[in-house]
Amino acid sequence: MGMVIDPRLNIIDKRLYSIKRLIGVSGGKGGVGKSLIATVLALTLSRLGYHVGLLDLDLSAPSAHVILGIESVYPKEEKGIVPPVVHGIEFMSIVYFTGDGPAPFRGIDISNAMLELLAITRWGSLDFLIVDMPPGIGDAMMDVIRWMKRVEFLIVTTPSKVALETVKKVIKLLTELKFPIIGVIENMKIRESSLVKDELKKVAVPILGEIGFDMKIEDSIGDVNKLLESCFAVEMREIVLKSPEFKLQLK
Amino acid sequence: MHEWSLAEAVISTVIEASKGEGLEEITKIKVKIGELQQVDTEIFKFALDEIAKDQGTSLLRTMKIEIRTEKAIFRCRVCKNEWTFDDLFDIDEDKLEAIHFAPEVAHVYVRCPLCKSPDFEVVQGRGVLIDSIKGIGTGKETKGR
Repeated sequence: MGMVIDPRLNIIDKRLYSIKRLIGVSGGKGGVGKSLIATVLALTLSRLGYHVGLLDLDLSAPSAHVILGIESVYPKEEKGIVPPVVHGIEFMSIVYFTGDGPAPFRGIDISNAMLELLAITRWGSLDFLIVDMPPGIGDAMMDVIRWMKRVEFLIVTTPSKVALETVKKVIKLLTELKFPIIGVIENMKIRESSLVKDELKKVAVPILGEIGFDMKIEDSIGDVNKLLESCFAVEMREIVLKSPEFKLQLK
Repeated sequence: MHEWSLAEAVISTVIEASKGEGLEEITKIKVKIGELQQVDTEIFKFALDEIAKDQGTSLLRTMKIEIRTEKAIFRCRVCKNEWTFDDLFDIDEDKLEAIHFAPEVAHVYVRCPLCKSPDFEVVQGRGVLIDSIKGIGTGKETKGR
């Protein structure tokens, strides 16, 4: 049956056509703050006047909806599915379909579910689509590289050798494959250390900035207004504003 | 309707494939619908016809569309038990709808009837696939891909 064609592959470019920039927020290990950075980045760009979408592709452990504090919101069915606008951003997640049940997906299921989401989601005209990626180099990373050909990456690390070990591999792979890397954000900084700077000197990737460990961030999870006032979000906003890599034209 | 986005994907793929095969007129396509996705065949067929018409190209003018549904079969990776979509009779509407949008979420709601494992594969009948595209190329009828 080698002749069978999966029609979904062909429609992805069209589904992403009205989006100016695709930014995958990626990193090494789990727990470095990818989802928080992706979500706050999306909210920040939206507050700066841009049209923004957020796609949670961490299908086994989606969490952007928790950060956004979403309940009882569902996509609209209209010649595909139209993501609901939540706090000003178009938000798409597998969680609309899994609810709070565990999703024991194998790699093939992740690829299939991702392909389905990319094929049926009808985004509006967006300046940015921020993609919350699962940790490391796995099925989702390989699929995003294959199917979202215009994607650029924002890499998140912590000042830990443990996180950095995988981050370096992610950067090496993306560089080898010639995917643009916007830069690296060093998250959860608790003391002065040049570890990340020193380690990343060997690769030609800019460090966009660092974000201090925010002891109070947990109190803001699920409350977007409070979240945007947090030290974390303020620092994130400064990074976005001062980094030419985001090519902002402030409105 | 979600059927429209799948139909759009089919038409778009057919047009793309015709370029690769040098077809000037598509005469027939065969589309397989997996039972698990619960695609409404009538809406899907209607959407295919409408979208094909909307393309305004002679390429699809005489295109016949054959749709067949493929039974969904599941196989447990743990105990090798096999079962079918009909065995999912105790799943409620909301869950079926979720599976309609992303068939993989079956892993959230379906368990092996024998050993209760969520680690199963969908052997067949998952979603929409194009079985064949037939058309007329430069003077000769080719059996497309």
